[in-house]
Amino acid sequence: MSAPEKIEDHGLLRFLTCGSVDDGKSTLIGRLLFDTKTILADTLSAIERTSQKRGMEAVDLSLLTDGLQAEREQGITIDVAYRYFSTGTRKYIIADAPGHEQYTRNMVTAASTANLAIILVDARKGVLTQTRRHSYLAHLVNIPHLLVAVNKMDLVNYDQAVFEKIKADYLAFAAQLGIEDVRFIPLSALNGDMVVDRGEALSWYKGPTLLEILEAAPGAHSEQAEAFRFPVQFVCRPQDSANPELHDYRGFMGRVESGELAVGEAVTVLPSGRETRVKDIQIGGQSIPAAVSEQSVTLLLEDEIDISRGDMIVRSAAQPQVVKQIDTTVCWLAETPLDRARTYLIRHTTREVKAKVASIDYRVDVNTLEQQATDKLQMNDIARVSFKLAQPLFIDPYSQNRATGAFIVIDESTNNTIGAGMIG
Amino acid sequence: MTTLTKQTLSHLDWLEAEAIHIMREVAGQCANPVLLFSGGKDSICMLRIAEKAFRPGRFPFPLMHIDTGHNYQEVVEFRDKRAAELGERLIVRSVEDSMKRGTVVLKHEGESRNKHQSVTLLEAIEEFGFDCCIGGARRDEEKARAKERIMSFRDEFGQWDPKNQRPELWNLYNARAHKGENIRAFPISNWTEMDVWQYIEREGLELPSIYFAHTRPVVMRQGAIVPVNVPLVSGELTNLPKAGEEIIDLQVRFRTVGDISCTAPVESDADTVEKIVLETATTTITERGATRLDDQTSEASMEQRKKEGYF
Ligand SMILES: Nc1nc2c(ncn2[C@@H]2O[C@H](COP(=O)(O)OP(=O)(O)O)[C@@H](O)[C@H]2O)c(=O)[nH]1
Repeated sequence: MSAPEKIEDHGLLRFLTCGSVDDGKSTLIGRLLFDTKTILADTLSAIERTSQKRGMEAVDLSLLTDGLQAEREQGITIDVAYRYFSTGTRKYIIADAPGHEQYTRNMVTAASTANLAIILVDARKGVLTQTRRHSYLAHLVNIPHLLVAVNKMDLVNYDQAVFEKIKADYLAFAAQLGIEDVRFIPLSALNGDMVVDRGEALSWYKGPTLLEILEAAPGAHSEQAEAFRFPVQFVCRPQDSANPELHDYRGFMGRVESGELAVGEAVTVLPSGRETRVKDIQIGGQSIPAAVSEQSVTLLLEDEIDISRGDMIVRSAAQPQVVKQIDTTVCWLAETPLDRARTYLIRHTTREVKAKVASIDYRVDVNTLEQQATDKLQMNDIARVSFKLAQPLFIDPYSQNRATGAFIVIDESTNNTIGAGMIG
Repeated sequence: MTTLTKQTLSHLDWLEAEAIHIMREVAGQCANPVLLFSGGKDSICMLRIAEKAFRPGRFPFPLMHIDTGHNYQEVVEFRDKRAAELGERLIVRSVEDSMKRGTVVLKHEGESRNKHQSVTLLEAIEEFGFDCCIGGARRDEEKARAKERIMSFRDEFGQWDPKNQRPELWNLYNARAHKGENIRAFPISNWTEMDVWQYIEREGLELPSIYFAHTRPVVMRQGAIVPVNVPLVSGELTNLPKAGEEIIDLQVRFRTVGDISCTAPVESDADTVEKIVLETATTTITERGATRLDDQTSEASMEQRKKEGYF
């Protein structure tokens, strides 16, 4: 295959579900899988058995999303689980990040790859502190589309006034956060109203069903034209090959993180700043005329330039900033707190640099959004942190470019990923 | 919300691009990786992805198969043929050698050797000093896999600890490991069985013949179709019927291929990839539910095996 296929389908959408315990998240995911016929008979009979074992009468759809043995025994779920379903026109990847203490960390992880978030609200309870927290985090990680799903409408007699009140409450605080693209939908995950089928009970609601909203949501992270960014992952030099034509072959392999590029365009290589033109774009040794965002390709350049993993190829006309200090928002992921005295590794695109904390401005209380002075970071903290870097990074603000604005912090002694950061 | 404006990749192109990216991250971050290749459909897709990722260069890793000695002849032949066509190095390490060494002890002659692959795999990792094994596991295969990382960390004993896994954010993968530790990388984590078949169809990939409908002698055992009198590579017959079992000739195909003692076929007349894609779209039983005799014992048996070092 060469150029991306022209498709009648809408590619792939990654979304995230968030809600407090018992808002009906598992039931909603179960409902989506069930009504799109993703659940197969043997899984269903396994759930039926479990439901009976636990003394439930109807099949409990939330059991579908239960994960590992240890968690099943405790009756809770931790960490992020991924589920899949397809409608024939689109493939979906659901990131499911459940609640509890580790919530912030899990939600940031799940949100980092999502382009849409479903925020569940229990119709009886309305907008809660948790709703604000989920919305704040979704916004922080820059999920472009938010969908507030007011669930359990059956328990409030499918009353439109309840829905409108929740909508008004939500919009009031969303405005403070700067959230722009948000939609609302009433549903009953338990009965299936407005999930895949419209049902009868919510006839006052004229908007699309949940699935219709998902089907129409843009799959790309940004609708804006983004600058071309190509972090080099690997350099291909097949000199040892029997084919003499390949003797001078130098292919720079990577994924187009944003933007697009065509053969003949002028590019600049960072950090050297050398300029050249694109001689060829290939996949698996076959030429294609242009590469688009998220495509994994190999670039061949007109001039012989020394390039290695961690370098970045960009269009000469639109270059990222080259910096040795970054101001960031960090989510701390590890049980070991951040230690200001230590040197950490920052992985940004395919580049790794040593880094030290220059300052911690404040941490954010994710429930009140209050800014608090601190010089420590504990697991699940969100804070403004500046880092000094041993070598430069090639960055864009996270709000403009997820790929070149994001990084992770690695502890070199354990090799664990201990922090996640967004630049700007 | 706006409607779709930007050019986006089809779902198969997107999955392929992601898988290529992950393989290149392994090549870029790990010193001595290996790609596990069994001759099965998932690993056949992995080889195509590796071609797209690294050609015209050679793969920056050898291929390796952990052979239970109880594999379908057709699959073993296919494995060798495919590796030769690609001109890549294939390492085969066998559970039977581990049995000879005494590191694998079967409870009884007929015990499935599938789970014992873990031991042989760990021995091979140590022998070659591999720091990363690239595998074709998918998150949709089994519940315990839904939370599996793309880069999954294993300790010095090859053990997977669900509580000690690295968070994975954006597409920033952390494949760092100390000496003796190991990363398992799963480039097609986000693929479903349907995606695999669609990809095989689109790419025109060749498969071992037993994936297609064929007639073979079977018996019905506790509701499952069990192939009998299966010839091994040595010519010897295995999976002999038990006394009193009635042998029937049935048209079947395999949805997964593994150790003979634990992979069961499904009844099917799908003899082309197109027909299999259609059948997969309308099927009512999950891949493992249908075909893995060893998974039915316990809902959590995969999780147990993974903790012990399984892929
Ligand atoms: N009446 C009603 N109950 C619901 C609805 N959605 C979920 N529930 C129930 O709420 C409880 C919690 O649901 P669950 O999906 O486990 O919540 P989670 O903790 O958010 O995953 C369960 O008893 C569900 O049956 C709904 O739309 N209506």
